[in-house]
Amino acid sequence: MSELSCGSGPLFMNPDSEAARAYFRQKNRALTNKLMSVQEAVGRFVKDGDYVASGGFGSNRIATAVLHEILRQKKRNLGFAGHTTTHDFEIVAAGNMHGERLIARLDLAYVIGLEARGLSPHSRRVIESGEVEVCEWTNYALACRFRAAASGIPFIPSYTMLGTDTFRFSAAKEIECPFSHRKLVALPALYPDVGIIHVHEADCYGNCRIRGITVADCDIARASKRVIVSVEHLVSNDEIRSHPESTIIPAFCVDAVCEVPFGSYPGNMPGEYFSDEEHLRLWLEVERDAAEFSRFLKKYIFDTPDFESYLQLCGGMNRIRELRALELLVPQAE
Amino acid sequence: MADYNAMELMICVAARLLEDGSTAAVGTGAPVAAAVLAQKTHAPNLLIVFEAGGLAPLMPSMPISVGDSRSFYRALMATSMSDIMETCQRGMMDYTFLSGAQIDPYGNLNSTVIGDYAKPKARLPGSGGANDLASFCWRTLVMMLHQRRRYVNKLDFITTPGYLSGPGAREAAGLPGGGGPYRVISDLAVMSFNNESKRMQVENLHPGVSFARVQENTGFEMLAAREVSQTEPPAKEELRILREEIDPFRYIIGR
Repeated sequence: MSELSCGSGPLFMNPDSEAARAYFRQKNRALTNKLMSVQEAVGRFVKDGDYVASGGFGSNRIATAVLHEILRQKKRNLGFAGHTTTHDFEIVAAGNMHGERLIARLDLAYVIGLEARGLSPHSRRVIESGEVEVCEWTNYALACRFRAAASGIPFIPSYTMLGTDTFRFSAAKEIECPFSHRKLVALPALYPDVGIIHVHEADCYGNCRIRGITVADCDIARASKRVIVSVEHLVSNDEIRSHPESTIIPAFCVDAVCEVPFGSYPGNMPGEYFSDEEHLRLWLEVERDAAEFSRFLKKYIFDTPDFESYLQLCGGMNRIRELRALELLVPQAE
Repeated sequence: MADYNAMELMICVAARLLEDGSTAAVGTGAPVAAAVLAQKTHAPNLLIVFEAGGLAPLMPSMPISVGDSRSFYRALMATSMSDIMETCQRGMMDYTFLSGAQIDPYGNLNSTVIGDYAKPKARLPGSGGANDLASFCWRTLVMMLHQRRRYVNKLDFITTPGYLSGPGAREAAGLPGGGGPYRVISDLAVMSFNNESKRMQVENLHPGVSFARVQENTGFEMLAAREVSQTEPPAKEELRILREEIDPFRYIIGR
């Protein structure tokens, strides 16, 4: 076996499970009402310098309202986990403008791109400027890192990234399997300070349900020290208790529950509304010019008090109805 | 003149490579069009999988994102990213479909940076799930337009493993045995990888394309398989399904 090697990328968060256990030991387990506004949740639970993980998958089931509020409250020097983060990263990257720095550290598997829609010019400028410290990973590597943290262990082994520059610029290490003596990559546990997740249903205590793919959200909710949930439909605790098998995030993981109908807009919310491709295209267009992007952000985010006002600017309920018809495959009127 | 364009040809060729009863992890765009075309022709039992968690959907239209609701519409299962990736890692994924900004003679892919990593000419999105899929799946299929600046002798950054530095290199690196790039489908030809050298070689030339033209558009020495045959052009029925049922708005084939 050739010599075992280490990636040269920065390890932003301590993967040690002992420190995390000490934190989780004192975390509240009681069923307390955690309903609050997005403004209060971000004010209380996101601090400058924190490391943030965003749930969903880029433009699908993302907590747009919470991400906007982080931008609006001008949080600074955050770390961020980017497993196929597309529009969610586009929102937080907007905080890196005019010499301000919202994102300072980035565990990167996929950013800048919006999949088939093309690349985000502003996100690209931010990364290329060198003002963000970057560590390379893959989507599965980041999923494993959340899984390790959720499991309360310091790493998970995998065969991913072996032999590539992605490994060389990661903070992973090669190890030898004690049983098979094979080479593996040890992926260090990632305990974010804050996890931000949009779900279909939750009660006021934070018991959550998601319809459709869960991506990495079950693990992000368990791995994060603090969790802010935005919820499409608030349900009663009695409803949760009637179908306990549907709960995928238990209340004791969650610190804040924010009721935000249409909260994934302009992203897709499975079974509720499709993504607003026109609005996503508008973001990509205005980003080409820094001054125009500034004006756009002022109008849509900084001069709006909350997510409802943003929705109104984007066409309000009429637009949502159109996106709902798309999502539910309602036949077009002849 | 042929009554099909380069994208239609690439999709039809890619579709034929997918065997019935196999599993394929695909991305949005041309790969998903190819997989659905395979399903609607010779491979009705092809199981299409999306890395974000969609398993065997019956898609009403092409997804825009590998994680949007179309990617698990009427699926057999809507699960997590790690469940899908672990399915690949334990050896149950036959094919994956990838692309990139650059490919080298060994089928390694770059989707991270153009130029020097520290001071890139252009930063690109990164691996996403590509490195994972190419490490774990049995056969990697690559779809990429044939241009000298894309088919390069040395990548600026190896994002995703092909055969790395050649024979035995994947195994020496610790990657699971038996995987690696299987075919590269371009607008000029279909390439395979030489058994001995693990270097890219032309397997089929598309109608009207000469080997010299492929070489002209390749930034490294292109090999030829022992017998190079001509690509079977798209059949009328393949084109009908692709145009009428799969991509009626020409989102993909109109590119």
